[in-house]
Amino acid sequence: MSKGIGIVETQYYTFAAPPGRFLLDSGEKLVPITVAYETYGDLNEDRSNAILVLHALSGDAHAAGLHKGQNKPGWWDDMIGPGRAFDTDKYFVVCSNVLGGCKGTTGPSSINPSTGRPFGTDFPLVTIPDMVRLQGQLLDHLGIDRLLSVAGGSMGGQQVLEWLVSYPYRVQSAIVIATAARHSPQQIAFNEVGRQAIMADPDWQNGRYYGGESPAKGLSVARMVGHITYMSDISMAEKFGRRTGGNGKAHPFSNGFEVEDYLHYRGLSFVDRFDANSYLYITRAIDEYDATRGGNLADAFKGLKAKILVLSFKSDWLYPSYQSLEIVRACKTAGVDVTYCEINSTYGHDAFLLEVDEETTLVSHFLIKVFEGAR
Amino acid sequence: MGFSTGGAAYETIIDWVEPGSSVLELGCGSGGLLSRLVKERNVKAQGIEIDDASISLCVQKGLNVLHEQVDTALGDYADNSFDFAIFDRSLQRVVRRPDIVLMEALRISRNAIVGFSNFAHYPGRCQVFFRGRTPVTPSLPYQWHDTPNLHFLSIADFTDYCHSKNIRIEKVAFFGGTGTIRLLPNLRALAGFFLISKRLEPDENSQGGSDESDRDS
Repeated sequence: MSKGIGIVETQYYTFAAPPGRFLLDSGEKLVPITVAYETYGDLNEDRSNAILVLHALSGDAHAAGLHKGQNKPGWWDDMIGPGRAFDTDKYFVVCSNVLGGCKGTTGPSSINPSTGRPFGTDFPLVTIPDMVRLQGQLLDHLGIDRLLSVAGGSMGGQQVLEWLVSYPYRVQSAIVIATAARHSPQQIAFNEVGRQAIMADPDWQNGRYYGGESPAKGLSVARMVGHITYMSDISMAEKFGRRTGGNGKAHPFSNGFEVEDYLHYRGLSFVDRFDANSYLYITRAIDEYDATRGGNLADAFKGLKAKILVLSFKSDWLYPSYQSLEIVRACKTAGVDVTYCEINSTYGHDAFLLEVDEETTLVSHFLIKVFEGAR
Repeated sequence: MGFSTGGAAYETIIDWVEPGSSVLELGCGSGGLLSRLVKERNVKAQGIEIDDASISLCVQKGLNVLHEQVDTALGDYADNSFDFAIFDRSLQRVVRRPDIVLMEALRISRNAIVGFSNFAHYPGRCQVFFRGRTPVTPSLPYQWHDTPNLHFLSIADFTDYCHSKNIRIEKVAFFGGTGTIRLLPNLRALAGFFLISKRLEPDENSQGGSDESDRDS
């Protein structure tokens, strides 16, 4: 694989200062609002090579390259860079942190200008369409009218669908990975367990924990549940088996199995990098989202000119292939140009970050076709 | 495989498909035929294929392809979504219910092109009649235990089927080991290709002049 992008830096765009405002679906407004973003590659002269990449629940604007002094590359670094699937020698790639997040974009841990303290649960409820509207404003700021492509997996995939449904004239193609037009009861159920774990933590304090102890136990349990749903039975068996680790038993009822240690470690390391209230706001938004608006996705796709690539993974039981097929079927009924592949992977939902070779082949050729077709 | 559709049969299909039309290929494999149709006939192409390695090859050729079973893939399309639905030997191999799938194909497409290996080719008949063995021929080169084919049919079978279902046979082409077969195709051809369409009016039987295949042999 070629060398990556190298050192990158997160940038910030703040707007809607008074008398402006950023209106939310809830009817509330944010004044002002900041969005954290990164860009890779160069925007070409006719501004026709921009690709918006959208992160999943725990992701951020740092999709590729390295931050100065850090050795952990961005969350989709394997896919974004010179000669990679999202080839930064050809394309201008943008990734921003979602509204309600905790990685630089305005969210519940941001300072509420009217109180001078973090919003906490005074932060207004946000939706996937709100997140996408904010991304649209960022693109306006960057001088991008129309995207060559918009791509994302999981929650990022929901935002791709929202782009297609609400701003079809701004997208030339879309890459929809391991997602659903709307969450099933099972998906909502897992998120609800995560939310309950956070809210049951006495340190949560109704969301007003900033400045004191954060609800670390609750958030780490939420993350543990998440990690179970991101893996598959096979990938867990291969990774851990029934081996016991060298860490001993975490508590009297533990057997010291490696899978237990792994979940504890994942849970605790998440607490250091994620805000519990953001977890509540964002999971609420993804559970509520319905690209069909309670109707039929094919109707929402009618007249869509964008070319669509839909990918799912065989062992993904959190976003099973049937949900991707529902999106494909809507494209077929609406007469939308669509390619679909169920990638044979044992990694479960995590596959969308791990099946790099297969995704690279499919995504890179799909983008070449769209980019060349546009010339 | 002793008999390849890469040659004369592809030429025939490409000749039959109108320039600029929309084409759906059921069981498109790695997209060889579809990409030729795109290049030579400027068609809007869509493939359906169940093998993931083939899907990847199609995408590398710039084709739209769907990773689906042919049997269940057609129901989503609106009526007359395509000009041509093509089965290049996929009807015998990947379709579990050919009768249902063919009718669906003719619902969603104005025409269908169906190509298949002819089970009634005379060396095959000899193997059954004299040796009592399931035929192994250049177009059906498999033993009973390793064949990818689910259905075995002859040119006469398919012609009968079209008549019974009120399907109009627009054009036919038959191929032997060395080229086109005109005389007694059901006996002599290794493979048959049919361009078929729905009969728009119920009583057009008298116009069946293009039904060239022999019914009797």
